[in-house]
Order: sequence, then C-alpha cells, then structure tokens
Amino acid sequence: MNFSYTILIPLIPFVVFLLLGLFYNRIKEPISGWIGVAGLTASAVLSYFTAYQYFYNTPKVDGVFQTIMPFKINWMNFTDTLHIDMGILLDPISVMMLVVVTTVSLMANIYSTGYMKGDRGFTRFFAFLSLFTFSMLGLVVATNLFQIYIFWELVGVSSFLLIGFYYEKPSAVAAAKKAFIVTRFADFGFLVGILLMGYYTGTFDFAILNDVNGPAINGTVVQSFMGMSVITWALILMFMGGAGKSAMFPLHIWLPDAMEGPTPVSALIHAATMVVAGVYLVARMFPAFHFVDGGTAQHVVAWVGAISSLFAAIIALTQYDIKRVLAFSTMSQIGYMMLALGVSGYDGHEGVGYMASMWHLFTHAMFKAGLFLTAGSVIHAVHSNLMQDMGSLRKYMPYSNIVFLITALSIAGFPGFSGFFSKDEILIAAFEHNKAIFYITLLVAGMTAFYMFRLYFSIFWGKDTHYHHTPHESPWSMLAPMLFLAVMSIVPGWTQILPFTEWLAPDKAGIHWHLDPVMATIASSVGILGILIAYIFYKKPTEYPAKISAAFGSLYQWAFRKFYIDEVYTFITQKIIFQRISAPFAWFDKKVVDGTMEGIGNKTASFSNLIKGIQSGKVQDYAFAFIGGVIVLVIIVIYML
Amino acid sequence: MRHEIVLLVLILMLLVFEIFTKTEQKKSLIYLALGLFAIHTISGFFQSTDGVLFGGSYRTNELIHFFKNILNVGVLIILLQSVDWLEKVAHYNKLPEFFILLFSSLIGMYFMISSGDFLMFYIGLELSTLPLVALVAYNSADIKGNEAAIKLILSAALASAISLFGMTFIYATGGSIFFESIATQLTVSPLAILGLIFFFSGVAFKISLAPFHFWTADVYEGAPIGITSYLSVISKGAAIFILMTILFKVLPVLSVQWKDIVWGVAVLTMFVGNLFALRQNNMKRYLAFSSIAQAGFILMGIINAEQLGASTVIFFVMVYIFSNLGAFGVVQAISNATGKENMDDYTGLYRTNPMLSLVMLLSLFSLAGIPPVAGFFGKFFLYTAAAQKGYYLLVFLAVINVTISLYYYLLPVRAMFLRKSDDAIPYFKSPVFMRIGLLLAIAGIFVLGLYSPVYNYIEELSKLL
Repeated sequence: MNFSYTILIPLIPFVVFLLLGLFYNRIKEPISGWIGVAGLTASAVLSYFTAYQYFYNTPKVDGVFQTIMPFKINWMNFTDTLHIDMGILLDPISVMMLVVVTTVSLMANIYSTGYMKGDRGFTRFFAFLSLFTFSMLGLVVATNLFQIYIFWELVGVSSFLLIGFYYEKPSAVAAAKKAFIVTRFADFGFLVGILLMGYYTGTFDFAILNDVNGPAINGTVVQSFMGMSVITWALILMFMGGAGKSAMFPLHIWLPDAMEGPTPVSALIHAATMVVAGVYLVARMFPAFHFVDGGTAQHVVAWVGAISSLFAAIIALTQYDIKRVLAFSTMSQIGYMMLALGVSGYDGHEGVGYMASMWHLFTHAMFKAGLFLTAGSVIHAVHSNLMQDMGSLRKYMPYSNIVFLITALSIAGFPGFSGFFSKDEILIAAFEHNKAIFYITLLVAGMTAFYMFRLYFSIFWGKDTHYHHTPHESPWSMLAPMLFLAVMSIVPGWTQILPFTEWLAPDKAGIHWHLDPVMATIASSVGILGILIAYIFYKKPTEYPAKISAAFGSLYQWAFRKFYIDEVYTFITQKIIFQRISAPFAWFDKKVVDGTMEGIGNKTASFSNLIKGIQSGKVQDYAFAFIGGVIVLVIIVIYML
Repeated sequence: MRHEIVLLVLILMLLVFEIFTKTEQKKSLIYLALGLFAIHTISGFFQSTDGVLFGGSYRTNELIHFFKNILNVGVLIILLQSVDWLEKVAHYNKLPEFFILLFSSLIGMYFMISSGDFLMFYIGLELSTLPLVALVAYNSADIKGNEAAIKLILSAALASAISLFGMTFIYATGGSIFFESIATQLTVSPLAILGLIFFFSGVAFKISLAPFHFWTADVYEGAPIGITSYLSVISKGAAIFILMTILFKVLPVLSVQWKDIVWGVAVLTMFVGNLFALRQNNMKRYLAFSSIAQAGFILMGIINAEQLGASTVIFFVMVYIFSNLGAFGVVQAISNATGKENMDDYTGLYRTNPMLSLVMLLSLFSLAGIPPVAGFFGKFFLYTAAAQKGYYLLVFLAVINVTISLYYYLLPVRAMFLRKSDDAIPYFKSPVFMRIGLLLAIAGIFVLGLYSPVYNYIEELSKLL
C-alpha cells in the first residue's frame, strides 16, 4: 500500500496556519473561518481514507498489523545509530489518533465559526487552531522520541497562545502562563528522560526502543541509579512529561485555569486531544514500560492514574463553574486511561487494558468534546459559567439539552452508550490485575455519574431562573457539530460488537471483544445509582445538597478548595523557593556575577575606545601596519618558534 | 571552464547590446544582465566537469564547481538587491561598466579558485581586485568613494607585491610554480617560511585578517553598498577557499609553521574585529568589522588542516554569505529609500517596517550564532574542527569573542525592536527585486540551518579538496 499522501494530513493545517498567520490583516471574517474548516475537512477526509486503507486494505502478517513508515528523512546525523529523523509512522494507534484529532478539530473549527462570530481576533483564532492541529498531528505520527518532543513543545506553545487568547483579560494571561510553566517544568523531566534514553540505548527510534530484543528492553544497559536501572529512570522521567501534559496529579493544577480559553479550545485541546498526549506517549512506549525491570515504571503509571482519577472526581463533586467541573472530569477520565495502561499485560487477552485505554481515549474524545461544546453553547446563551446562574434551560435550548443528556449518559457509562463499553473494558482490566485499583475505578464511576448529572439537572432542570434576556438556542453552525458528537457518543460503542471489528493488544495482534455480563451489570448499576442520587438531589431544588455538604464539613471545604494544591504550590514557590533560595542567589547574581560582568563590559568598552586611534584613516599608516605585521610574523615564526 | 566561458560571453553580449541601444533605453540593460546572470547561475548547478587544462595550471572538480555556484548565488543576490540603486543612482551611460567590471572580477575569482599553479593564481588575484577598485569609485562624484578607491588600490598593490615576492621564494626553494610539484619538492627552510608568510599576508589582505585589515572599514564605508556586499562576501569567500586549498595541499610541509601563524592571526583578528565593532554607528563600518571578526572564526576551521576543517569552512562560508547578504540587503534597502545608514536611524524600525526588521534580526542572529538559524551550526562545526585537533585555548578565546559579538549584534536588534522613536523611518515598500534578494538570503539561512543534507553533501565534496 502506498501511504505517501499521509504527509498532507499534517501539512494542510500548517499551510492554513501560514496563510492565515501571514495575511491575518487581509483575510477577514468569515473567510478565514471557511479556510480553516476547508483545510481541516481535507485533512479529516484524508485521515479517514488512511484509516480505511490501513485497517481493511493492508494485509496483516501473522495476524499482526504492520508498522508502516511512508515518509522518513534523516534530519540530523550524530553517529550511525544516533540520529534524529522526521517522519510519519502508521500503526493502529497512530491511525486512530489521526482520526480523533482531525474529527474533533474539524468539529471545533465549524463550531468556532459560530462561537467566535464578531470577535476581533477571529482570523488569529483560526490561525492558532490550525497551528495546534498541525502540531498535534505531527506529534501523533512521530517516528522517534525527538520528533515527538519537538511537536510536544509546539503543542504546548499553541495551547499557551489559545488559553491566553483573550489577552486583555488578566486571568486569561495568568492561566496561559501557569499552563505553560507547569507543563514546561514537566517537559524538563521529559527531555532529561529522552536524553538518558538516547544516551544509553543509542537510539531515539520507537521501533528499536520497543523491540523486545532491542537495547532498551533486553537488559544490555546495566547502569543503575538509586536501585533502579537508568532505563526505568528514563521512562519515569518521560512519564513526568506525559503527566504534565495530561494533567495528572500533582501536575494537574494548570488544567482548571486553562478553561479561561475560548470554549472550542477547551473542547479540542483540553478535553479531546492535547491532554491525552501523555496517554498516547505511554501507549507508544508501552513495550518498554511493560518489560523494563518487570514493569516498575508501569506501576508508577497505574497508581498515578488511579490517584488522579479519584482525586479529580472528588473535586468535581463540589465545583460550581461548569467548565471547571468538566475540566476535573477530564482529568479523572484521563486517569482512567492511564491506569488501564498501567494494569495491562502484553499479548492476547492480557492486553485488554491497553486496548481499553485506547478505546476509552477515542470515546472520551467524542463525548467530552460534545460536553464542552454544549457547555459553550449554554455559556454563550447565559453569559455566565456558574451553575447558580442557570436552571430550566431545557425550555429555551432543546437541542443543547438533548446533546448534553446523551453525552452525559455516555460518560456516566449508561448501557448502550459508547462510554459504557469502553469503561467496562477498563473495569475488567483493573479487576483482573489489581483489585485495589479496581475498587477505586468503581467508586470513580459512581461519582462520575453523580457529578455529571448534578451538572445536567442544575443546568437544564432545577430552579426557574429569571434571565435578563431570554436565552436562545445557538445557531446551526454550533449545533451541527454538537449533534454530530452526540451521535458519535453512541454509535462507536456498538461497532465493537459487530463481528468484523477487533481490538488490539500491545503486540498489535487483534483480539476479539466480548462483553462480560457480570462486570457490565456492576458498572452500569453503579452508574445508574449515581444518576438516581443526582436526580433526587437536583431535579428540583432541594435542601439535600446543603445538608450533605454541611455534614462533610471541612472535608467538603477541602475538596471545594481543590485540596489546597494550588496554595501548596504557591507556598513552595513564593515562600520557600523565592525567598529562601532565590533571594540569596539573586543577590549573589546581581552583586557578584553582574558586577563582574559589568566590570568586564565597561573595561572592554573603554579598551575599545582606547584603540580607536589605531584606525587612523591614513593609508600610509595602514601600509606601515601591514609591513610591520609581516615582519613581526617573520620574526616570531623563524626565530622564536 | 564552462563557468568562465559563459560569463565571458555574457560580458561580450552586454557590450554589444550597449552599442546598439539608445541612451534612454539603456535601463533595460539592468534586467538583461540580471536575467542572463540568473540563467548562468541556475545552469551552473546542472553540469560539472572534472579536468585539467593548460598543462596543469587550471583545474576543476565537483567541489570547485560547487564553490563557483555558491559565489554565483551570492552575486545574484547582490545584483537583485542592487537593481533599485542602479535604477536610481547610476548614470545610464555607466550602466554597462558596472556589470562588465563586476563580472570581470568574478571571472578573476573563478580563475583564482581553479588555479593549479601560482601564475594562474596571481592572474586571478589581480583580475579579481583591479575591476573592484573601479567599482568602489563607481560614483565618481562621491569624494568618499574616491578616497576608498585610492586606499584600496594602494593597499592592494602593496599586498599583491608582497604576496608575489613570497611566491618567488617558494619557487626558489620548491623549484616549481605548480602546486602538485611544490607539495612534493618543498622542504622546510627559513626562505620557504619567509615565502609562506609573504604569500599568506597577501591573501590575508583579501580576507581582511588583522593586521592586514585596515583598509576594510574605510573601503566598505566609501563604496556603494552593493560593492561592499561583494567585497565582504564574494571576494572574501573566494580568497578563503584558495587559501585553504594552498595551505592544505601545497604547503603541508610547512604545516607546523602555518598553523602557528593561523592561530595567532585568528585570535588577533577576532579580538580586533569585535572590539572595533563595538563602537561603530555607521552600519557599513559596523558590518565591516563584524566581517573581520567572522573571518577570524573561519581560521578555526582552517587550523584543523583535514577534511573536517575543509567541510566546516565551506559550510561556514555559505552561512556567512547568506547572513551577511541579508544584513547588507536591509542596509541597502533603507539607504536607497531614505539615505540613512546609521544605527541610530534604525530606532523603532520594527513598528514601521516589520518585515525588514525581521530580516535584519534573522541575519544578525545568524551572524551571532544564535540557534536555530544557520550561524549557530556554522560556528558549532568550527569549534568542533578546532577542538578535534586539541586547540582548546583557541576555542575558549573564540567563545569569549562570541560573547563580545553577541553584545554588538544585539545593538541594532534593541534599537529596532525595543526602542520607540518619534522620527522612526516611515514605512516604505521595498522594490520587488530587493524583496526577492532578501527572501533568497533568508531562505538560505533557514535551509542551511535546518536541512542537514546540505552539510552532508559538502562533507562528501570536501574530500575532493
């Protein structure tokens, strides 16, 4: 099969970005929106075609999907084994990610033509969206660690630009900075991990690093540090980068604040694509995580995922800002994906966790993007983010109501919706490999259903709020992507049951999916229980929520304040690092280092003044210097050396 | 030989064209010359011939051919950037002169880098210098230009005399003027060393290495900007190439001596160039000293004396050509539009002319060696070349110099981007040829910096040196 056209998938958004970026003064609304949508449509169609070709028209060898590299250039050559390449790698997960990224991005683009209408930065917004899509696609198809790192940073930059899109708003600027700094801090670990990996194994290439007989896994690297092998250290450091991007505890603090960005951005970047980059990274390096040192790094992944998942779900119970609830729910669901990877085995049915994680990544991208877009539609209508300002919106916004209900049922794991199927797999994987994590997962599933329906009932049912001006349904440019995503929150679940689909273990062999009836019953009853409680509490205004929160007292306050993690960071950075460490360093830097440097600078400058006279402008002086130079050289070389 | 013949035919065509056109139509000569030279440049890339002519005094191979192509690209960019100036300033009757002299000088460069013996080398050297003197004084009404021309011819005469003197010594001890014979027959003797130093100083004059550099600033300042660019990149580039060839291949016997010379001259040149550049306000003088300092860096590659040195030097020369032409192009664009040539005038330029400021920024970053633009890799490779042979002190001194240079390379950047000015140069639209010229320079900077096969190709070619 010839896949060379896949190079166009990332390139088209890049060209759109250049076009809109360079001529953003000339291209006006709504032309720029159409250009963005057209570019993304082309990319999406190409991705679908690639997926079709890859999954159906490419023969498998020994029942295993082949890894294809249609495009690869040698970018920088250090040694014969250590070189940095740029290329495109197609394997089941990268093809799936191509579909996810282009689909959600297309939906966000279409939605934005309505949502951003009349904004001064309309063209700039679409330029940034295209830049983000390009970077994310480049990340997904990376053939080696260094390429993934480059695009990783580009994704970070475009996320920074989009969070701070409303740059007149101080809170948006602060949020953008926070996101950038926190993820940069995590990326430092990532870079160190990459360099360690490259140094000890002599390669950045995924194919070699993930080779079971390759230098990373087969144990040829014997150096160890603090009781763990350097490869494990490298993997954990790389996971640190992934945890930063994927907002895992304790590096999650940027995600809630990132909601300052326009809502389509939250849907695209902070729900569906960029934040799952960490999951994708672990999946990409899965054989290394699994085999090196018996999976030490994999255990770290599992527990970080489980803790984040629980932690975020508890906070989500207490928040009132609807986008923040969704942000914490994203963090919780990504925790799911991480823990599923963490408990997965390698081949055959053992690999169910890996499959569940990727599957959940796909369904989550769809329903969470749908939720965010609907939230955007509501915010657009009510001009507020807060739950208290809403209520009974079903009367004014029938379509948003339906979409939100479907997507919420999906995330709650209601039987028949796509979230039900993927979550079920995660529960099975956890049950078979780690009971403790399984109970956490089950608890989180119930909490998820509860807080999602708390949100749903408070927005669309609950009290009869009087609005200053009557909320009205959003335009079709916004509704169409929402409805599409609602459909995508149901349909993909069912395709799994069809006999011709199979899902993948980490060894890329297909495994047939089967529903475990016991697990499905347990999972869905927990979900339905959560929904029921939310129904009783919030369908009509009641005093139960106040009573419950009062009963939990300080625990509720803790959760509401997000466990004071932000305050802890502030304390550590400002009180300890800035005052105790930075201040003395700053003094030393200013007085001693700067003083020395300024001294050198001043001396250089005055010396330069001093010798200015040598350049006299008289040609006879020049000749003298010339001859003099020759004579001095002769004397030195012949007589003195 | 194809390069030389084609260019010669081109000169003759221009001469004929000049005779048969009326005065008011002479302007079209600019476009004719530009078009023909563009074709010459492009066609140069397609065919390369290896071989030896005139009993060994002329030789060519793929590397030499490639280097001539680089020079062609440089000259093409200079021509593109000069179109506007030629249209405005030049007297129509003097238009053919400009191209004929420039192309003659270029033929001289071709001969110089293709030379197989000292005779051909000397002819090339003279042929490349003499037309330049006339070009420096091209605007005969300009007193500064005339002064510059006089300084150039006097200095050049001195340099060429001493250089020729040195060649006679080498002939006297080596018994031949052919490079290949000298390489085998020459032995170390004081007379041979004397010859080496005399010869070296002549070429060092062309590369403007300290202390043979004094003419540089005055001439650069007085000459028309297009010619200044030519002097600073083409003339210098060709001279570096032939110096490297002769030191590596003809005088390996004296390598102990010439490495010492190169070491000392490199350090002196870097310091002199950088320290003098700190205080310049006129952009042409400023770039003159910057180019002196850059030449000092190049010597770090030469001191390696092996293939790695050759490939790093050629790569750096390419980077230097594109970066310097970007900077000179902006200076020329601004000078053509407003007549201003001082750094103070650039204050606040970013607000009025963002594109030009960006080109200047990229070029200066490349000259300063800030990643990821090409200059960074160029300098980095040079360090590697010197460090590989154990010249750590030299590398250390070079790093100090890079630090100094960072300061003055950022001065215009600060003026353009960070300072506000009420009487900033107002917005103007650069002519289309100028834009193409600048675009080519910037494209060169990026391609060399980000596309590594170029370096691999040069590395492969440099085995032919």
